[in-house]
Amino acid sequence: MIYDTVVIGGGPAGLAASIKAREEGLNVLLLDEKDYLGGILPQCIHPGFGLHYFKEDLTGPEFAHRLIEKLEDMGVEKRLTATVLDITVEGDKKKVKYVSPEGLESVATKSIIYASGARERHRFELGIVGDRVAGIFTAGEAQTLMDIYGVMPGKEVVIVGSGDVGLIMARRFALEGARVKAVVELMPYPGGLARNIVQCLQDFSIPLYLSHRVLEIRGRKRVEGVKIAKVDDNLESLPGTEFDMPCDTVIISAGLIPRIKLLKKLGVEMDANTGGPMVDENLETSISGIFVAGNALLINDLVDYVVEQGEIAALSAKKYVEGSLQPSRRIRIRAEGNLRFVVPQYVSGKRDVILYGRVKKPQEGAIFKFREIGEERRYPVVKPSEMFKIKLRVERIPSNIRELTLEVK
Amino acid sequence: MSKIYRFTCIVCPLGCYVEAELEGENLKIQGCKCPRGEEWVRSEIFEPKRVLMSVIKVKNGVYPVVSVKTDRPVPKDRISQIMRFLSNLEISAPVKIGQVIVENVLDTGANIVATKDVEKK
Ligand SMILES: Cc1cc2nc3c(=O)[nH]c(=O)nc-3n(C[C@H](O)[C@H](O)[C@H](O)COP(=O)(O)OP(=O)(O)OC[C@H]3O[C@@H](n4cnc5c(N)ncnc54)[C@H](O)[C@@H]3O)c2cc1C
Repeated sequence: MIYDTVVIGGGPAGLAASIKAREEGLNVLLLDEKDYLGGILPQCIHPGFGLHYFKEDLTGPEFAHRLIEKLEDMGVEKRLTATVLDITVEGDKKKVKYVSPEGLESVATKSIIYASGARERHRFELGIVGDRVAGIFTAGEAQTLMDIYGVMPGKEVVIVGSGDVGLIMARRFALEGARVKAVVELMPYPGGLARNIVQCLQDFSIPLYLSHRVLEIRGRKRVEGVKIAKVDDNLESLPGTEFDMPCDTVIISAGLIPRIKLLKKLGVEMDANTGGPMVDENLETSISGIFVAGNALLINDLVDYVVEQGEIAALSAKKYVEGSLQPSRRIRIRAEGNLRFVVPQYVSGKRDVILYGRVKKPQEGAIFKFREIGEERRYPVVKPSEMFKIKLRVERIPSNIRELTLEVK
Repeated sequence: MSKIYRFTCIVCPLGCYVEAELEGENLKIQGCKCPRGEEWVRSEIFEPKRVLMSVIKVKNGVYPVVSVKTDRPVPKDRISQIMRFLSNLEISAPVKIGQVIVENVLDTGANIVATKDVEKK
């Protein structure tokens, strides 16, 4: 038996893709390595999910519940505790190898929707040296312990990184009665939204150290403290500014990286700016019939975008299976100026496309310009903490063009 | 004597920088770009409120805790009391999403509601 599509990952991207693919009549198999569906949503118990998609402010578990209910209603075939180990491509057929408590299994499929989410950066990627002791967690690990398993990871906490994830964790710890002694941020501005600075830090009088770096973690069996220093404009530690801060727990919240190991192994073309694969407007990778959505594609700050990508990937898989998917790796889109990335990296120029992007630095009065066609748009403020969406209209794209530069200045 | 407040508005991602001056009952707000923001500043000064989330212990469940939230914002200065109250609570599985676990918690007018299912072990 051959599936029409195998969806790898049961987070919001994979759930939305599976539901849409099933609605479109495809024969779907959904695989996830955890024993529950929803990806990271069940551990994000705060509100802030679904304002666009459901027009309601839901918590992570509630958002997940709605998708999971729909998935079950549609009777999508799924396997949990099933970790995908390998993908192989033979012509236009693909094989997905996974391991579960029942053993090693291999299934054949016409297409794949890769929705494996992201992994968290760990302390060694940040160059934090010192002792290997208990009490060091990534934000996601701490969140899972607290909000799925009801275990408090520690009492005196230092958080590394001021992105929304770090800020939200600072509030969670403070709410549960821990003392959050500092949120330490390397950059001169916070990584997260202004609203999270207010409701996560200021509400609980948690100090934010901007332009500071955690150099070292010290302890014997358990964390006993960290060494912190100020940094200069080049992010180098300033000698003489070091100080010690006692604590029993360090939370690393320094960004997510698309989990794309299996795609890399296949030799899929990658984008160094997103850390994910290069895709076209169908969210198809450089290997035909393999589509990517959600945090495996680019780090999204809103689940609404993730679901949107899952649905696009499913619609593309449906066309691929039918043999009607138009190749659209024709015009290469490049990011320049204060622009970190733009996705998709290729478009056909034959239809309207929504581009997702993120700037490098906060900027007021930003001008977005498609250089080759002279189209400009102004935004009052842009921040790295907020992804933007911009629509590129087909009638604006000249037919002879091979490259399009989106510049932010 | 007037009192000056400074805020970053949290109503939308724009994050306006707002200054407000309170003189007796009279509030002057500067820097807001919309009426929703002014409304928020008013409530931040007179009665700041937040939606609260936490987890509650579950007996005989497939998971040891269930995530919960208040079904409406509660006064900020009651948050630590509510958290203490919740930490002493234990309920029995099964728990259903949307189930009211505590009605009118500590007389705040808000209910504590489960945000996921926890089945019986
Ligand atoms: C702390 C935090 C707070 C957030 N707050 C908000 C918010 O307030 N509002 C909002 O809209 N968004 C928020 N987000 C963002 C949102 O949660 C994510 O964008 C979204 O969950 C990403 O979905 P995903 O499906 O791509 O990945 P994930 O949710 O990570 O799901 C990926 C799934 O793939 C599975 N998987 C991976 N590899 C394999 C494999 N080899 N085999 C089998 N299964 C595999 C994993 O087990 C996982 O279940 C937050 C994120 C975090 C971390």
